[in-house]
Amino acid sequence: MKFFAVLLAAASLLLPPGAQAQDATAPDALVKKVTTDVLDIIRKDKDIQAGSTKQAVDLIEKKVLPHFNFAHMTALAMGKEWRQTNPAQQKVLTEEFHTLLVRTYSNALTAYKNQTVEFKPLQVQPGDTDVTVRTQINQPGGKPLTLDYSMEKLPQGWKVYDVVVAGVSLVTNYRESFSTEVRNGGVDGLIKTLQAKNGSAQDAAASKK
Amino acid sequence: MKSAFANRVSVLCLASAVVLGGCAMGGNPKDPIEGYNRAMFSVNEGLDKALIKPVALGYDAVLPRPVQTGVVNVFSNVADVPTAINNLLQGKPAQAFSDGGRFLINSTLGLLGIFDVASQMGLEKHEEDFGQTFGRWGIGEGAYVVLPFFGPRTARDSAGLVVDIYADPIAQIEDVPSRNSLAALRIVSKRAELLKADKVVEEAALDKYSYIRDAYLQHRRSEVYDGNPPKRVDD
Repeated sequence: MKFFAVLLAAASLLLPPGAQAQDATAPDALVKKVTTDVLDIIRKDKDIQAGSTKQAVDLIEKKVLPHFNFAHMTALAMGKEWRQTNPAQQKVLTEEFHTLLVRTYSNALTAYKNQTVEFKPLQVQPGDTDVTVRTQINQPGGKPLTLDYSMEKLPQGWKVYDVVVAGVSLVTNYRESFSTEVRNGGVDGLIKTLQAKNGSAQDAAASKK
Repeated sequence: MKSAFANRVSVLCLASAVVLGGCAMGGNPKDPIEGYNRAMFSVNEGLDKALIKPVALGYDAVLPRPVQTGVVNVFSNVADVPTAINNLLQGKPAQAFSDGGRFLINSTLGLLGIFDVASQMGLEKHEEDFGQTFGRWGIGEGAYVVLPFFGPRTARDSAGLVVDIYADPIAQIEDVPSRNSLAALRIVSKRAELLKADKVVEEAALDKYSYIRDAYLQHRRSEVYDGNPPKRVDD
């Protein structure tokens, strides 16, 4: 009896408050829910359709990015060079990569033109901790675009660590760019480049308002 | 004691070695002629900025969306014919049959291709070209090459492009002014489709040239295998 009570107490400590639902969501269900939510919002939001990235950025930060594991994505994009970075650099790199992806993604969302998304079936075995969720974007006059999410199971739930659009892996593409920057100016050079890119875009956006 | 002629030859060889070696010293095994490629990339960007993009912007501003979609559909329908041929050459008769079906349905029910009825009926659109066919036949992709006007290719896909142009249904049109107008319209229509992507690439890329190169190479490898490329062992 006592043992059972102890087990129960221990189990309840492991579950962070309010996160129980997140743990249970299967990766494909998660992708479907978030995608559907985001598309619904875009369809109703005239500002986003007109090209306003500010609303798109808000939408992405709230709805989409909580499901991404940026630390892992940044580490993957850095490849071998990650081992040469110290924790302070890692923190800055992760933040800058996050900002870069937010802006890129928000621009992509404003290009939405009534495409439809198909969700491919996924078989998740109970022990799986790494899956690829496949979706497909249908667009008029063109071949359907495949959009795949590489996801890993963490205590907080399933998180995305790579996005593959039409065969192009985001992480792999940035790995090339990052390694060139590191070769030219070291890790600090890469950080400077990212900060300049993120900073200048913010200035440009501010001046447009 | 070398003769004057031998001296000149030596200087010439040295100069060539520096130029070509300089290109190769870029150090990227995936991009052996990076020097030339970057230069041609700039030329193409200039051409786009000066001529093609402004025309596409005007086209996009003037033509209502449904009409633009209709134009896209018409050219897409025409492209189903060489796609079917390439699917046959790649040993994919089921897909070739589907492409043939698409062409027939869209040309008739879809009013000469303006409406993509076939997709709604479940006949999925494919995109195949001779570069992919050569890849399927086992020909390696070769060096990355930026072609004047046509843009990113690999050595193999450049050869494929030559055949694509030869097999292009638009190229078969006998009346030269009509053929040229249709070819030009197709270019403008394709460029207009990519206008929104411009901004995404500008934001996403640290270095536009290498971003496009790496995306192109990844995409082509995936295309040759119809979305299921074998896992690459890199790094």
